[in-house]
Amino acid sequence: MKRTVAALIVCLLLTTAGTALADTLRIGALFAVTGPASFLGEPEKNTLEMLVKEINSKGGINKNKVELVVYDTQGDATKAKQLVNKLIKNDKVAVIVGPSTTGETMAIIDDVEKAGIPLVSCAAGIKITEPVKKWVFKTPANDHVAGEKILNYMAQQKQKSIALLTVSDGFGSSGREQLKALAAQKGFKIVADEVYGPKDTDMTPQLTKIKGTKPDAIICWGTNPGPAVVTKNMKQLGIKIPLYQSHGVASKKFIELAGADASEGVTLPAGKLAVYDKLKKNDPQYKLLSEYDKAYRKAYGVEASTFGGYAYDAFQLIAEAVRKGGVTPDKIRTGIEQVKKLVAVSGIFTMSEKDHNGLDLSAFVMVRVSKGDWEIAQ
Amino acid sequence: MNLSDQLIQFLLSGFATGSIYALIGLGFSIIYNATGIINFAQGEFVMLGGMVTVFFLTSLHIPLPAAILGAVAITTFVGLLFERLAIRPIRKATPINLVIITIGGSILIRGLAMLIWGKDTHAIPGFSGEEPIMIGNASLLPQHLWIFGMTTLAIIASKVFFNYTISGKAMRACAFNPRAASLIGIDVKRMVLFSFVISSAMGSVAGFIIAPLTMTSYDVGIMLGLKGFCAAIIGGMSSGLGTVLGGIILGVLESLGAGLISSGYKDAVAFIILLLILFIRPQGIFKRAESERV
Repeated sequence: MKRTVAALIVCLLLTTAGTALADTLRIGALFAVTGPASFLGEPEKNTLEMLVKEINSKGGINKNKVELVVYDTQGDATKAKQLVNKLIKNDKVAVIVGPSTTGETMAIIDDVEKAGIPLVSCAAGIKITEPVKKWVFKTPANDHVAGEKILNYMAQQKQKSIALLTVSDGFGSSGREQLKALAAQKGFKIVADEVYGPKDTDMTPQLTKIKGTKPDAIICWGTNPGPAVVTKNMKQLGIKIPLYQSHGVASKKFIELAGADASEGVTLPAGKLAVYDKLKKNDPQYKLLSEYDKAYRKAYGVEASTFGGYAYDAFQLIAEAVRKGGVTPDKIRTGIEQVKKLVAVSGIFTMSEKDHNGLDLSAFVMVRVSKGDWEIAQ
Repeated sequence: MNLSDQLIQFLLSGFATGSIYALIGLGFSIIYNATGIINFAQGEFVMLGGMVTVFFLTSLHIPLPAAILGAVAITTFVGLLFERLAIRPIRKATPINLVIITIGGSILIRGLAMLIWGKDTHAIPGFSGEEPIMIGNASLLPQHLWIFGMTTLAIIASKVFFNYTISGKAMRACAFNPRAASLIGIDVKRMVLFSFVISSAMGSVAGFIIAPLTMTSYDVGIMLGLKGFCAAIIGGMSSGLGTVLGGIILGVLESLGAGLISSGYKDAVAFIILLLILFIRPQGIFKRAESERV
């Protein structure tokens, strides 16, 4: 079904391309719309389609019409590699947004570098932009920024020893490595280092073991449903140690799954979109976040997610570059690199030759669960 | 918390998880005992039990007992359709073909569930609240008691059914030798259908009863199915106590492995046991070796 839709879109684009003026901006996108990473790809695709429609109805960027070609990678790096070549050679796109996951992004970096097409990835892995590659950018903040945010908060609370409980997939193991490195740097002591499988349904053995090591705090790093199970299990075992979760569960879904009762007091770093209604009205991102959420709800009937925000920001970066420069791949690349203080969903971007992510600690805000809702933790 | 307290908690956690595996494993062994095939779509029946309950609860706002009954009815109907549409038309096929068909069926059911209900994870509130029950320094949830109760009920029911009712005995006869069974007047096709009905109903019971603990989503069937399969293999595919003990052994070893050795090897523990048993005692731990049926 998705594929036929994609094929139809391509056909439409091909027929319109002949009649269009020379100055159209053609954006290619690779998202994991189906498959295991579809929770990323689906909101990303929806967001990008919504934005393109909106900008075209306003006459395009600097009067340049925008055309969008979206392909579904199904979260598969091999597919991503085939499709990126299709985008570059057949569709002749000027810039590419996506892929949704770090693995897929790493797989296609060679192709975009060789072809000289700018890539704005929606995946969070630190390897994507470190070391900096000429044509590759990414919009999600690095995982270690979220980790650093937690550790800074813990230092404020005078918590010294940590127990780690991380999921055994890519997200969890990268978080685990970076937390260990950061903890060593900042003088924290790791007293337990446990893992669980992404599909595990009971973490009481790990938590029992952790309880025995008496840490000041537990940091759990994973995406739903694992962290919700951990939160529930902690209540079952009567463990009163403060629990920190990662930004991976910064949505209401987490509270819903774990239950308001068990999740009370859980603290985590969240992208500001998840809690924008709790931000001060004069927060620089407030207006944009509320507009995005409202538009997304109107178009798709569900709340906007941080993941869709990655695609939103990619589009903002590209639009900014086109406004200042032009629609050729080269001008877009230079334009993105020169972006300064661009207010977006994931944070405020300031790119440079040395930083192709452009976000700092301000991308996250620490929040705590209180009576089934988020509150800003100070 | 000293080591002995920890041990009690590990055992209790293992016992609780093990009962879940056992309940799922029973579904595997019932179909195996009636047809000689292993139904890898069993995990999907478990998923359906949970997901349909969630659907009734959240979308249609039906009270929990009615939602559960509805979920069991729908899942049983899916099991019945599955046998009619996928298994029966190719009854002449070898068991291995049928096993592969069940794998295909499981992918189909999972895909449909994803299309209908999306990819989100859902939770059901505990049937009797969420306040932990303390046993010494270790703890359990009220939901665990529901699971223990349901597993016990399932063993008793299947024991009575297979040993003391005509239908149950007929079903066992079909597994031993379908030809001989049909010669003495047993309707083999009906027995096969019947076994799918029972095991899908049992799968759905497992599905809704574990959903408050483990949560549910369209893809929970894979891992739960595999663990249930391990339990049934350890128990030698018996439709009674063997499989239940198999599940509990599996759960306890997993929990001890995670707690005492390393949590990174939790799933490895389960699958190493499975491989060892398949190598050393393919007939299961609790079964005496059967003589080859000629």
